[in-house]
Amino acid sequence: MGEHHGPAKGIMRWLTTTNHKDIGAMYLWFSFAMFLMGGSFAMIIRAELFQPGLQLVEPGFFNQMTTMHGLVMVFGAIMPSFVGLANYLIPMMIGAPDMALPRMNNWSFWILPPAFLILAGTLFMEGGGPNFGWTFYAPLSTTYAPPSVTFFIFGVHIMGLSSIMGSINIIATVVNMRAPGMTYMKMPLFVWTWLITAFLLVAVMPVLAGAVTMMLMDIHFGTSFFSAAGGGDPVLFQHVFWFFGHPEVYIIILPAFGVISHIIPAFSRKALFGYDSMVYATASIAFLSFIVWAHHMYTVGMPVAGELFFMYATTLIAVPTAAKVFNWITTMYRGSLSFETPMLFAIGFVVLFTIGGFTGLMLSIAPADFQYHDTYFVVAHFHYTMVAGAIFAMSASIYFWIHKWTGRRYNEAMGKAHFWISFLGFNLTFFPQHFVGLAGMPRRIPDYALQFADFNMMSSIGAFIYGASQLLFLYNVVATIRSGKKDDAKKTWDGAEGLEWEVPSPAPYHTYSVPPQVK
Amino acid sequence: MCSKAQLLLKHAMLSLVAFVSVISTSAWAEAERWQVNMTPGVTEIGHKIYGLHMLVFWICVVAGVGVFGYLIYSMIAFRKSKGAVSANFHENTTVEILWTVIPFLILIGIAVPSTTTLLEIYDTDDADLDVLVTGYQWKWKYEYLDANGENVSFFSNLRTPQGEIYNEDDKGEHYLLEVDEPLVLPTNKKIRFLVTANDVLHSWWVPAIAVKRDAVPGFINEAWSRIPEAGIYRGQCTELCGRNHGYMPIVVNAVEQDEFDAWIGERKAKAAQIKELMSKNFTLDEQMAAGQKVYMTNCVACHGVNGEGGVGKPIAGSAVAMGELNGLINILVNGRAGTAMPAFGNQLNDVDLSAVITYARNGFGNKMGDVVQPIDVFNFKQGQ
Repeated sequence: MGEHHGPAKGIMRWLTTTNHKDIGAMYLWFSFAMFLMGGSFAMIIRAELFQPGLQLVEPGFFNQMTTMHGLVMVFGAIMPSFVGLANYLIPMMIGAPDMALPRMNNWSFWILPPAFLILAGTLFMEGGGPNFGWTFYAPLSTTYAPPSVTFFIFGVHIMGLSSIMGSINIIATVVNMRAPGMTYMKMPLFVWTWLITAFLLVAVMPVLAGAVTMMLMDIHFGTSFFSAAGGGDPVLFQHVFWFFGHPEVYIIILPAFGVISHIIPAFSRKALFGYDSMVYATASIAFLSFIVWAHHMYTVGMPVAGELFFMYATTLIAVPTAAKVFNWITTMYRGSLSFETPMLFAIGFVVLFTIGGFTGLMLSIAPADFQYHDTYFVVAHFHYTMVAGAIFAMSASIYFWIHKWTGRRYNEAMGKAHFWISFLGFNLTFFPQHFVGLAGMPRRIPDYALQFADFNMMSSIGAFIYGASQLLFLYNVVATIRSGKKDDAKKTWDGAEGLEWEVPSPAPYHTYSVPPQVK
Repeated sequence: MCSKAQLLLKHAMLSLVAFVSVISTSAWAEAERWQVNMTPGVTEIGHKIYGLHMLVFWICVVAGVGVFGYLIYSMIAFRKSKGAVSANFHENTTVEILWTVIPFLILIGIAVPSTTTLLEIYDTDDADLDVLVTGYQWKWKYEYLDANGENVSFFSNLRTPQGEIYNEDDKGEHYLLEVDEPLVLPTNKKIRFLVTANDVLHSWWVPAIAVKRDAVPGFINEAWSRIPEAGIYRGQCTELCGRNHGYMPIVVNAVEQDEFDAWIGERKAKAAQIKELMSKNFTLDEQMAAGQKVYMTNCVACHGVNGEGGVGKPIAGSAVAMGELNGLINILVNGRAGTAMPAFGNQLNDVDLSAVITYARNGFGNKMGDVVQPIDVFNFKQGQ
């Protein structure tokens, strides 16, 4: 029984599939499409900011672009990409035949495309799309919002639903379906970081849903949660939003920490240094993420006691994060290193994420933040963590596992070119943004004073280079799938360890019919 | 199209060349253009903030040299291609405790000066002068609170002409950082800013005097500064507040106390003068000239230079502009609910309102021929 149980044919395979690899692949392709869409919004932003003055777009449309860029990148590109990776890899890594709740898995993917169709559709509605920033602070997003905000709220609800279902699935899978012998402290770090991430998601996505529901009530049902005129408080919105929003940024970065903890040992040909401390550091970061949210709001007029509490709690995050960086480098120390594309991206991640960590420490100091807040310094900071953090880790993951998924080798020279062009383009884009931010350029403006002109032009050139390098990436991935060199070796990399490297390449449609034994 | 693209390319090349030459020659004359760091500004708090910024910056630099040095050393020394064979260790409790404890101690070292500076920033007591700062879409209102109730207040609008923004004219030195009426403040006095907003969130930021406070509708935030040197200090709104968020600058003109006293006396006299103008009858030409000025400051962004409309409705040929007078006054005074048209009733005085209404009825080829007088607006307001 079961020999002929393969995928269905045609479009129905993808619509009805409950297979974790199919769903993982769909998540990855969807997120890449969203990455290109969010990226093209960024290109419009950078083209307008190429020179002072208004050249290409009107300020109102510019605001829609910054808003949609943020929303699409966070909710459409980065989060689904790591859910896709989790779907593809977690069952293989823990020796499970599939995800614990395969039908829900299908559903949690297939509600995403409509959510983003709705969101993108708002751009064509009367009054335009959301134009209040991805943080959608009230009352700009309620009383003063364009009519399309209601569709935006609906879209956010659906995305949240998808994330919650995906997280429940991951928790159920990791808790129940590990192979015999795989105790918690033997789990691969990607599984660990995702387990913790999934708990964060289940905890905070409902808070986001609450925030947008309160907005909906304010807009349509006459409540005044966020309207001072009716006895409400606009600052309440910010507290609720960031109670979701700060854990959210760790939701984005923790799975990236996980994959880096796989890739660096593989190319160092040496076991990860400090496995236990990595797990504890991840858990500490997750815990701290719940008690630091108001550091996004230092200038909002909090009482000084609150200000001090959030400042101290925020600086503490540096401790577990630093421990992780030390662990990665000490893994490389006295290893046997080679520098294939995934390793280049992983090292790029360590270097650039550390820079983002440094600026994070600077931003955590409340008095200094009065000068940094809402300037390009902040923009530079979070792109060092989100792009050079999450997206570099994602690129590294694709190169690292694509042979396992397809049984074909990618083009190494093109992969390395992708890394170096990305690295150059990324730094040219975002490093000068530290400078203009410190010199006083506010964020989210379509036009700027003349003193910022030169660094902005550099930034725009860098952005076009970084954007173009992603097309090279797309080409390389497509070429690998269609015509990459076939190779049936189980291990793509001689230093790679873990259950997924014990199965054939490409991994069979159903990886395990008998659970593997873990010693 | 082609020539524009070539021009952009030329600019790009020039700026890259300029960048390289600046790096190699350290031309300090270009300092502002290539400013890469925060400036301490003029105030004592500003210097303390700058000190903190540099302290944490240098800690990060030292940590960065250590971490990246360790990384680069490992990358060079342990290459497989040079025959490196991997060792077998994967934990060391002593080292792991050390690199947890040392950063923690450094953080405590940073926390101490941060806390004292923060407490100082929060100490808004015993101010010599209170200024109420109110954010509007997209301008600032300043009100000097006077013990005798003789408050002086005015709006401060962007002064940069549309032609500069749309690249029709050359951009001036203070492009986007210039206003029609700067906030005049006395030097060496503790000034308390009471910051709030009328519509959405804004944030009032002047880097050189180290004040940034969010303006939240319905709530009043406090901040303070003591400016030791006379001078012009420029800033911008730093909280996304809608379409023209990038176009609501702040200019502070700090002057000596006696100059400030003279200025505020003048403002009070001017307020009395406007009261007088209320009863005057203007000619059509007078009102058209005055109205055009008001229009170019307050209306042009939405209704266009030629009244052709944009975000706002067209005024040229508009049935509303040429319709029943009180209907038009009502829209100007109370705004239009559900649209971007704000209520100008409290933002402009009746003299300016009557002028701009006259302009709307007679400019852009509308030619109604009637002159609206301040008293008409006044009567309308009384009647509602």
